[in-house]
Amino acid sequence: MDSASLDLKVGFEIHQQLATRSKLFCNCSCEEAQKYDHSFVRKLRPTQSELGAYDPAAMFEFSKMRTVEYHTAFGSSCLVEADEEPPHDISKEALETALIFSLAFHSKVMDEVHVMRKLVIDGSNTTGFQRTMLVASGGHFVVAGKKIGVQSICLEEDAAKLIGDEKGVRKFGLDRLGVPLIEIALEPVTGKSDDIMLVALTLGRLLRASKLVARGLGSIRQDVNISVQNGAVVEVKGVQQLDQLVKVIEHEMQRQHGLIVIAEKLKGRKVDVSNVGDKIEDITDILGKAQSKIVKKILDVGGLFKAIRVPAFAGMIGFEPYPDIRIGKELGKLVTFYELDGVFHSDELPNYGITEQEVAAVRSRLQASDNDAFVIVGGPKDRAKFACDAIIRRLQAAVNGVPAETRAATQDGKTMYLRPRPGAARMYPETDIPTIPVTDSMLNALSDKVPRSWDEMVDSLAKKYNLNKKLASQIFDSNYLGVFEEIASATKVQPTFVASKLTEDLIGLQRQGLDASILSDNLIKDIFAKLDSGSIAKESVNIIFERLMKNEARTVDEAIKAAGVSTINDEELGKGLDKIINDNIAVVKEKGMSALSTLMGRAMAEYRGKADGQKINAMVKDKLQKLLK
Amino acid sequence: MSRHDTGGYRGAGLKLLSKHGVSVGDNINVGTEDGEMSGILMPRYESANEDYISIKLKNGYNTGIHVGKIKSMKKLSRSEPAIIAKPPEMAQNKSLPKIALISTGGTIASKIDYRTGGVHAALSASELYASVPELANHASIEPVVLLSEYSENLKPEHWTMIADKVVEKVKSGKYLGVVVSHGTDTMHYTAAALSFALQGVTIPVVLVGAQRSSDRPSSDAALNLLGATIFGLKSEYAGVFVAMHAGTSDDAIACHIGTRVRKNHTSRRDAFESIDATPFALVRNNTVEMQKSEIKLTKRSEGNLAAKTKFDDRVALLKYHPGFDPRLIEHAAKVGYKGIILEGTGLGHVSKECFPALKKAVDTGLMVCMTSQCIWGRVRMTVYDTGRDLLDIGVIPLSDMISETATVKAMWALANSKDAKKVMQENLANEISKCIPI
Repeated sequence: MDSASLDLKVGFEIHQQLATRSKLFCNCSCEEAQKYDHSFVRKLRPTQSELGAYDPAAMFEFSKMRTVEYHTAFGSSCLVEADEEPPHDISKEALETALIFSLAFHSKVMDEVHVMRKLVIDGSNTTGFQRTMLVASGGHFVVAGKKIGVQSICLEEDAAKLIGDEKGVRKFGLDRLGVPLIEIALEPVTGKSDDIMLVALTLGRLLRASKLVARGLGSIRQDVNISVQNGAVVEVKGVQQLDQLVKVIEHEMQRQHGLIVIAEKLKGRKVDVSNVGDKIEDITDILGKAQSKIVKKILDVGGLFKAIRVPAFAGMIGFEPYPDIRIGKELGKLVTFYELDGVFHSDELPNYGITEQEVAAVRSRLQASDNDAFVIVGGPKDRAKFACDAIIRRLQAAVNGVPAETRAATQDGKTMYLRPRPGAARMYPETDIPTIPVTDSMLNALSDKVPRSWDEMVDSLAKKYNLNKKLASQIFDSNYLGVFEEIASATKVQPTFVASKLTEDLIGLQRQGLDASILSDNLIKDIFAKLDSGSIAKESVNIIFERLMKNEARTVDEAIKAAGVSTINDEELGKGLDKIINDNIAVVKEKGMSALSTLMGRAMAEYRGKADGQKINAMVKDKLQKLLK
Repeated sequence: MSRHDTGGYRGAGLKLLSKHGVSVGDNINVGTEDGEMSGILMPRYESANEDYISIKLKNGYNTGIHVGKIKSMKKLSRSEPAIIAKPPEMAQNKSLPKIALISTGGTIASKIDYRTGGVHAALSASELYASVPELANHASIEPVVLLSEYSENLKPEHWTMIADKVVEKVKSGKYLGVVVSHGTDTMHYTAAALSFALQGVTIPVVLVGAQRSSDRPSSDAALNLLGATIFGLKSEYAGVFVAMHAGTSDDAIACHIGTRVRKNHTSRRDAFESIDATPFALVRNNTVEMQKSEIKLTKRSEGNLAAKTKFDDRVALLKYHPGFDPRLIEHAAKVGYKGIILEGTGLGHVSKECFPALKKAVDTGLMVCMTSQCIWGRVRMTVYDTGRDLLDIGVIPLSDMISETATVKAMWALANSKDAKKVMQENLANEISKCIPI
C-alpha cells in the first residue's frame, strides 16, 4: 500500500511529563507511589449542559453510574487531587518549562494564559475535568532538513492512573493525577511511515535533550491522528513506543482504506442506510436452546438477545478487503465499550454453536430476505439497548467509510475502538485560578535556558564519558541516562561498559521477553557498586539482570546467591585452575601452549561470573607456561 | 454603562473595544505584531487585568491578548449564543409526596454559562430534575427562589425571611418536608436560627449546600440534595437539620441537628460535623439510617409550631486571645450592643485584665455569655479561680453550646424574650448536650 497515493496524513500530539519538583497545582511530589494507603469512592455525573448535548459516551457512562475508587499515598497526593481543596497557584517551574519549550520551537507565546477545564467524565480526573492551558501556538522544528510545523503547545494536568477495572468499579491511583504535562500538537505530516516516525523520534529527542522532562515508562504518551484520502480523522491513543507507532500507522492505513473499499461496494449496491435497523426483534426464545457457550453465558445471567435487520448488507459485514479488516470486527469491538461480548452477524452464521435452523428462525422473525444481513447482540436489557443504537449508527456510517472515532493502540501495533470522538471540545474557564500574564521580560529571562539540540547534547555526553557516538546516542535516548551518569561518576567501572550493559545488553534481554521495568535505578546502581567493589565479576552483570527480570530474585544479593556468582579469591581460583590443568594433563602434553583454549573453556565453564575472565585467562596462561618449562 | 454591561471590560481594553464597535460575543479577528488571531470575544472577570482582552479560539481555549500589542481589530460576525440542547423534560410525577425546596443561593444553586464563563443562579424545577434525575423517582419537588446570595452576605433579617417562608410551607400542610438550599459558609448559623425560630415544627426542615459547584461533574450538590430530600420524606422525626456529605466518599449523607453542627473545614465535602454529638442520621442508598443519639426529637406532627422569627442583631461574638484588648468589650457596650458572646479559652476563661471591662458591661445591662474556643466540650467555670471570678462578675456559662449557635440564640432571645439571660441557659433546641458521647 502506498502512503502517497492514499494521501496519508499523520498528526502527532505528544504528551510529555515534566520533571518538576511538584505537581501543576499543588506541592505534592510527582514520584510514583510505591503503595497506596488510603481510598475513597466517588460518582461522576454529566453536568447540566453536558446532559443536554447528545454525547452517547457521556450518557452511557452516566447510565452506568459507575463507582470510581480512588487510591492515594502520602506525599504524592493531597486534598487537591481528592478534589477537596481548590487548586493552588500554578507551579512556576512547570510554566517556565512550557515557556522554554515554546521558545525552543519558535512558537508565539500567549500574552496571557487562561487555565481551562476540559470535561472528562471517565473517572480519570477526580474533578470530572482536566485543567489545561494554551501556552503558545505556531512554531517549528527541523527534521532531516525539513521544517515540521507546530500547531500548539499546551500545559496540562496528567490524569489519574488506571489500576483496576472490574465489573462496575473503576480504580485509579492519584499519584499521577496533576503531574505537569506538556502537550505538543504538530501540523499533520505526510510521507512514509518511516519518515513520520523520524518526526516523532526527533521531537522526543528534543524534549529529552532539555533534561526538563521526566523519563521512564509512561512518561511520554503520543496520540496520533491518522487519516487517508476521503476518510475522517481517527485519533489513536496510547502509542508508547516508536516501533509500535510504525505498525499502528500501517495498520490504520490499511484499516481505513479497507473501510473505504467497503463503503464503495455499499454505494455500488445503492444501499439506503436509513433502513438499517428498520426491524429489531427480541430473539431470546429462538436462541434459548442454542448450544453456544457465549449464548448460554448471557442467558444464565438473565440477559436477552436482540436481532437487528440490516437490509441489503448480505455479505458485506463479513467482507474482508484486507485480512482481518471487516465491519463485523468493528462491531465486535464496538460492543465491548458497552461491556458486552455477545455479537454475531449473519455473514458468520451458522457458527459458534448457533445452528442453521436457528439462523433461519431469526431470518424469518426479521422477515429478512437473502439480500439482507442481520446482527444479533446479547446482554443485559439496558446495555443491549445502548449497544443496538451504537451498532445501527456504526452500520449507517459504513457507507461513508471511516468514522471519526477514538481508538486505542494495542501492544502488537493494531488499534481498537475506544469511544466516539468527542464533538468540539467542551471547555470552559477554570474560574478558581486567575489568568496568568506572560511578559516580555519573563521570556527574555528564560531565553538563555533554551535547551541545546540533541546532537550537541549527545556529543558532549560522548566527550565527557569517552563513549563512541552510537553508544552515547543510545544511552541518551534510553530510560537510563540518569542512572548511567550516577554510576559513571560514583564508581570506577568503565563508562563504556556501563552504557553498553544498559543499552545493548538490556535490549537483548527484553527481546527475549524479559521485563526491564522491574530493574529500578536502585537495583542497577547496586549491581555496578558490587562490580566496582569486586564482589561480582563483569560476566555476572547480565546473569543478575536476568535473574531480577525473571522475578527469580528481588534484590541483587538474592540474585547473586541464586545464581552462585559471588567472586572467589585468587588462592581458591589458583587451586581450582591447577586441578583443571591436572585433569587435562594429557591434552597439555599433546598440544603444549595450544591447550590454552581447551583449558580456558573448562575454566570459564567452572568460574564464569565468579572471577574476571581476563584474570582467569592470565592465570591459566601463566600456569601453563610454568608447567611447560 | 456598568462593568456588567461591558462584560467586565474597563480601562484600555474597554476603550479599544468601543473604538472598534466590538462587544462580548462577537467573532473578531485581531492583528498583532506577531500575526493574526480569530475568536469570540469573551468577558473579563471582575479582578482580571484591564490591559488584556479575552478571546475564545476555535480549538476551545481562551487566551488573553495585550491591548498594547493590538494593531488591528475586525468584527467578523455576531456569534449566536451556542445552542445547548435543552435537558430532556423530566416528567414530574405529581402523585409522589411533595417536598418544598426554598433556594437562598450559594454554590449549590449556581450554574456556569458555558458561553460567558459566568456563574449565575439557576434552580428551576426542570433544571433541578435534569441535574439530579433520581429526584423524580422519589418526590414531586416544588422549588421557590427566595434569595440569590452567597451566604457570607446573609444577615439576621434574612433568617427571618427564610423562617417566614418555611412557616408558610409548613402551615400549607402540603409537604412532607422542606429543603432549604443554602451557601455553606454560614449555613450552620441559619440552621441554628431556624432551630430557635421554628420550635415545635411538625415536619423536617433540611438545610443543604454544596462544597463543589454543580457545574462540575464531581459536584457534591446532587447527592447532598438527594440525601436532604430523602431525609425530608422519610425521617420519622421533625426538626431543623443540615444534610451534607458524611465523608469524602460519595456514599453517605449525614443529617446533623441544626444547633449542633459546625463548618469545620474550608473546602472538604464533609466540612460539616456534629459537635459533641454523632450525626442524627445517615442517608445511604436512599435509606435513612438512624444513629445512636442522646438527643430525643419530637416525631412528625407531634409538635406544635410556635414560630418566633425575629432576631436582634445587636450581639457580638468576641474571640479571646493573648493580647486581647479589653477596650473592644468597652466599645461594644458603648455603641449599643445588647449581648456579647465570649469565645474564651479552655473551660471558659479570659484574662483578668478583661474583668473591669466585663464588670462594667454587665453592670450597664449587657448580657455576657461564655463559650469555648476549643469547639468540642463544655465550659466549666467553677474549676479555676478565673472561671469563678467571671461567674461572680455575672458572665453566663453556656455549657457546650457552640459559640456560633450561642450568638444566634442570643440574637433570638433578645428579640423574643424579656428575660434573655434565663432563656440563654435553657435547652430549647438541643443546643446544650445532656451527655457528651465518649
